[in-house]
Amino acid sequence: MQQFVNTTLSGLAQGMVFAAFALALVLIWRSTRIVNFAQGSMAAATTFIALALIQAGWNYWLAFVVALASGFLLGAVLERVIVRRVEGGPELNAVIVTLGLFVAIQAAVAIIFGSSFQSFPSPFGLRGFTVGGTTIALTPTLVYVIVAVVVTMLLLVALFRFTRVGLAMRAAAFGQEVARLLGVRVGRMLTLGWGLAAVVGSLAGILIAGGEFVYPAFMDSLIVFGFVAAVLGGLDSPVGAVVGGLVLGLALSYVSGYVPGGSALVNMAALVILVVVLLVRPGGLFASTAARRA
Amino acid sequence: MGPLAQPHPPAGNPTDRPTTARLELTGISVAFGGVTALSDVSLTVEPGQVHGLIGPNGAGKTTLFNVACGLVRPTAGTITWQDKALRRLRPDRLAGLGIARTLQGVGLFAGLTVLENVMIGAHRHARAGFLSAVLALPRSDRDEKALRERATESLAALGADGYASRYPGSLPYPVQKRVALARALVAQPELLLLDEPASGLSEEEMHELGDLIRTLSGRMSVLLVEHHMDLVMSVCDRITVLDSGKVIASGTSTEIQADPAVTAAYLGDEVDVEHDAAELGHVPAGATGGAQHG
Repeated sequence: MQQFVNTTLSGLAQGMVFAAFALALVLIWRSTRIVNFAQGSMAAATTFIALALIQAGWNYWLAFVVALASGFLLGAVLERVIVRRVEGGPELNAVIVTLGLFVAIQAAVAIIFGSSFQSFPSPFGLRGFTVGGTTIALTPTLVYVIVAVVVTMLLLVALFRFTRVGLAMRAAAFGQEVARLLGVRVGRMLTLGWGLAAVVGSLAGILIAGGEFVYPAFMDSLIVFGFVAAVLGGLDSPVGAVVGGLVLGLALSYVSGYVPGGSALVNMAALVILVVVLLVRPGGLFASTAARRA
Repeated sequence: MGPLAQPHPPAGNPTDRPTTARLELTGISVAFGGVTALSDVSLTVEPGQVHGLIGPNGAGKTTLFNVACGLVRPTAGTITWQDKALRRLRPDRLAGLGIARTLQGVGLFAGLTVLENVMIGAHRHARAGFLSAVLALPRSDRDEKALRERATESLAALGADGYASRYPGSLPYPVQKRVALARALVAQPELLLLDEPASGLSEEEMHELGDLIRTLSGRMSVLLVEHHMDLVMSVCDRITVLDSGKVIASGTSTEIQADPAVTAAYLGDEVDVEHDAAELGHVPAGATGGAQHG
């Protein structure tokens, strides 16, 4: 029983991070129909910015805020300067460009911050809470991860549902030409979309780094899991991304916790889940046909 | 009969004030590569008038329309709107200039509700900036509410308020067209560009549409591209006829109907059935008949 609780809890936390990362991919896919393969190294870059600031003696939270802000800036600038040129063109061009960015940013991080392993602090303890004399896997850091991702998601939902800018961003995502005719500054909305996505991606990076070692390629595995989570959810649906992330996090946690030699099977399990879902529901678990047609 | 016939002007708009909106297209030429789509076309939409633009398929109506809203840049010619020359007109500036356009088809955003679709149309009237919208400051909150109310009124004026929370894809085509019109009207434009508004409508709906357009003309100028001759003839104050990229006639509906050049362009040369039949009796088929129909 205790093992089940622990496995579930760590799966939930992991799933939350996958969800955040998947959400970043979905945000960009919805607005520009581009899968941003550079998301991982962008997040690694901002995580290293946070780390450098913390090592320079800054407060964790201040560094956290600066990292997210620089994430926004990085996303917005990349969209405006580089990605804008391949938007609306052949899909392959965009894929190659984001793959190129992925490699280039990772190399830049290695050059600037070094490629050695460095430990990233966690603002909260890594010791589990004690319930009735036994220590469970729910650590303060885990709670922090879950709360941070949930709050971010609620903020995003509020932005898209209840503000004029959110409405304009959705309109731009569904029909650029029409939105333009109605007075929406579509270019700005796309830049904003990339900026926001990069903030969410950066959040995922910082959260997964907490209490771990980081190196320029530390986000690579998260790219795979985040991508699987996003596709599980249908790539188009923010809710789908979150559910996809949680499902994947839990499933992988159970695999590594219960299957003999399971920790070696985690990557494979992720891909098996992806294949099964795509076979049964090719559009993903949450794909809305209306969104697909747009 | 239907709701289209009794439109209420959107509340809060003083409708008695005659509009001063004059759109002048002067000497417009457009060439795509080596193909001349328009050559030296001039057209003036007088304030408060309904101006029809007709012509056979491929005459250049849609191209001229796209020039008027900045989607196509003319190779020569000037666009004057409210006595100011519009240089480098961009589609996303249109709404701000008080020009609204409907599209062939409906162009509604599939992933937005009917109400949200219309709210996007009222975009230009919102005052709160991006920052206050994101931070949900009180002003932007009020803005949001006003936007919602205005969109609801516009839908009600076209009898489509019952569909506010539905998605466009689930609605019958004529209703979608009404929503698209509500979206154009919610901006309270001074010039309305209607691109084939009657396509896909039944006879009766077309009559309602005609009545509606007549009532609009007091408040705004209308440029109407349409295939249905009876609609054009009954609602337009002036009509311009295009053929092969050139203006071949311009005037009131009576003048246009009497113009031999128009009949020639539209129907080919006048066909005298009895005469043809008589000829067919005497002369071998095909010897003379072909040339006449053009």
